[in-house]
Amino acid sequence: MPIRAEHEIHTRRKGRNVGVGLMLAGFVILVLALTFTKVTNGDFELPSGTEISGG
Amino acid sequence: MADVGYTSQVHEEEAQLGDYFALLKPRVMSLVVFTALVGLLAAPGSVHPVIAFASILFVAIGAGASGALNMWWDADIDAIMRRTAKRPIPAGRVQPGEALHLGVALAGLSVMMLALSANLMAAALLAFTIFFYAVVYSMWLKRSTPQNIVIGGAAGAFPPVIGWVIATGSFSVEAWLMFALIFMWTPPHFWALALFMKADYDDAGVPMLTVTHGRKSTRTHIIVYTVLLAALAVGTGFTAIGGPVYLGTALVLNALFLKGAVQVWQRDETAADADGYRVEKRFFRLSLWYLFAHFGVILLEAALRPFGLGGW
Repeated sequence: MPIRAEHEIHTRRKGRNVGVGLMLAGFVILVLALTFTKVTNGDFELPSGTEISGG
Repeated sequence: MADVGYTSQVHEEEAQLGDYFALLKPRVMSLVVFTALVGLLAAPGSVHPVIAFASILFVAIGAGASGALNMWWDADIDAIMRRTAKRPIPAGRVQPGEALHLGVALAGLSVMMLALSANLMAAALLAFTIFFYAVVYSMWLKRSTPQNIVIGGAAGAFPPVIGWVIATGSFSVEAWLMFALIFMWTPPHFWALALFMKADYDDAGVPMLTVTHGRKSTRTHIIVYTVLLAALAVGTGFTAIGGPVYLGTALVLNALFLKGAVQVWQRDETAADADGYRVEKRFFRLSLWYLFAHFGVILLEAALRPFGLGGW
């Protein structure tokens, strides 16, 4: 049986897949926003013993 | 078994995204979001809006996870009860294993993310709440004791405390008063439901108070809990989360709620059957508004505080 690029399951589950994709994208954006908020917050501190090297 | 979803014979029963969402009990989630948000905003101090949004979202996901675990465990009795027979698992759209996996995954994710976005204390409390609802209530209490609703109500009462801990990192009397409000409200709310959904709990063999102690006793329990709840709700008005608006609202609502409880208590089954449980249904609807309004005015008092108006 040949492999079809577009199996009918792709169309059948399109709504589910798009929904999961959007939720994952939303999660990534949320984690990014959280990280940005925490790092730019005034009371942010690096864990003790951490050194910023380079430059 | 796993291949069933790939055959063309089951197209109509295949789960859609909405079915997985239904596993999370969105109506319960909305109540959790609301009460947790009130707890967060009523707490002293301020939280960055992004952190507040993310934290409340993770609390909601944690509540959804416990809902999915509850539906996985209770699928057998859900299929018997008219009220729950159309849920995704008894309706055959979602496999029980899927609900279990979704529940465990979301529980882990929500607790871990809450620890990162807020603090460890809030995350630990969320983990305990999920455990309490999924294991203590669903697995241990629900099918074994008529006090299931009373003790299980604690699970629904934790969200405002979690909200408070997100904001402050610690507990306080006010947070536990909000806990107590939901804890004491839950039994009369669910027992009113059990009075007019009698056949459901009977058929499923769930030892609701109506089944084990009879309907007259349930009516008496409703009024006892309502009296205790009214004292607690009005008393909260004199604490740091209360204020004149809260107190005025609480006095009116508790008078109405007490009146409803007395009417429920005075009725017998003949009268209730005759009018299709009109009074019990009205009391149940009032209980929904009751909780919403109490937390709404706690929020209002907190919102007025920066303008020098809220609180005492």
